[in-house]
Amino acid sequence: MTTLLEPQVEVKVEPPLALLAELTHRCPLRCPYCSNPQALAGRSDELPTEAWLDVLAQAGRLGMLQVHLSGGEPAARRDLEALVQGARAAGLYTNLITSGFLLDRDRLERLKQAGLDHVQLSVQDSEATGADRIAGLDGAHARKLAIAPVIRAAGLPLTLNVVIHRHNIARVPDLIALAVSLDAARIEVAHAQYYGWGLDNRGALMPTRAQLETATAQVSEARERLKGRLVIDYVLPDYYARRPKACMGGWARRFMVVAPDGQILPCHAAPTIPDLPFPNVRETRLNEAWFRDPAFARFRGTDWMREPCRSCDRREIDWGGCRCQALALAGAADAVDPACALSPLHEQLVALAERESATDAPAFRYRGNSV
Amino acid sequence: MSTPLTADSRPRLVVHARLQHDAVRDRWVVQAPERLFVLDEIAYAVVSRCGNGLSVAEIAAALSAEFDAPVDEILGDVLALLQDLADKGIVHDHPA
Repeated sequence: MTTLLEPQVEVKVEPPLALLAELTHRCPLRCPYCSNPQALAGRSDELPTEAWLDVLAQAGRLGMLQVHLSGGEPAARRDLEALVQGARAAGLYTNLITSGFLLDRDRLERLKQAGLDHVQLSVQDSEATGADRIAGLDGAHARKLAIAPVIRAAGLPLTLNVVIHRHNIARVPDLIALAVSLDAARIEVAHAQYYGWGLDNRGALMPTRAQLETATAQVSEARERLKGRLVIDYVLPDYYARRPKACMGGWARRFMVVAPDGQILPCHAAPTIPDLPFPNVRETRLNEAWFRDPAFARFRGTDWMREPCRSCDRREIDWGGCRCQALALAGAADAVDPACALSPLHEQLVALAERESATDAPAFRYRGNSV
Repeated sequence: MSTPLTADSRPRLVVHARLQHDAVRDRWVVQAPERLFVLDEIAYAVVSRCGNGLSVAEIAAALSAEFDAPVDEILGDVLALLQDLADKGIVHDHPA
């Protein structure tokens, strides 16, 4: 008698597409919506050059195609040029996400020589007073405007990145015009996301629904007008949305993050989730983490979902939204993301956003800084 | 609005876009900041001929020979594909 083996139902896990390499948490700026964790890694916690070079080589072999060299301010790493070279050698499209500080003409030329593909420069506003207040540093805006043409002169393509909130939302058209005048090929207009520092400062950042609608219409108009000249990426805030965004394109589906201390994460906020230990590049290879680590598998795909997500026809569009937001607002990482109208907490969340945005903005709680 | 491409345009990838073979998945892609364009066989045949100073008409003629298809039909398809990439900020006209 023969035994027929049950066919194994196996969900095929695709390799990741991009690596977010958070080289350091050190930064001269103190933006109150910083995406770094509240417990910042210090310089002595950071991975050494050889470890990063190994991570980049592994990323290429694993099938990743792009790397975002980020921070903190990645230029605070003196080995940035070597890391760019390593990234290009691994076949990665190499994007530097920078405040523009700690860069000058010589360094930009060295980075270009090393193979840097693209620079993404943050600005905080289109006018200096507001911009410097967000950055927590006088003169910050002027330095950004001064470095943009130096980036272009080094032959590097430029994206301008701006986080939108109640204090600068009225100047979305000016920010788009600024991108054109600085000869950027792309601008990322990203509404503040309310985790970590952003959540602490939510009342100080949240725009009104009317402000959001105006800005969204302005972006649509500019997109059409500037088609072929300026690419505009627009990231919506989700408190006023009906359905959540696909956070990171879905948990452990496209992105891998390596934190300054070597933690391997599916998203930079994931360590806020309790009882979910993540591997570290000091002990674990990236491919083991991606394909075999339980923390990466925990919220991947749709198997982890409960109702109403489980039977939702959008479950493979938004992948259940953001687990960290579910944890922060609903108290459980596997709860429905309250940004979704199907969450029992959604109406409360919208009411909160409406109330906070209509109240005088409280003072910022700035993140700490150090370089 | 960018100038529409014509049969005489000499298209090439913008400086921040890179054509690359994705070895792990065995496919051709164009890389750009936060974007990845996966090329099918036809798109690869077109994009890989951009940037050599060839006009759209010359690219269409080469493809017509390679795929044994009427050049008029091919020209329309090639223009539509390149215009789409131009609107996305990936291809531009770069006269010799």
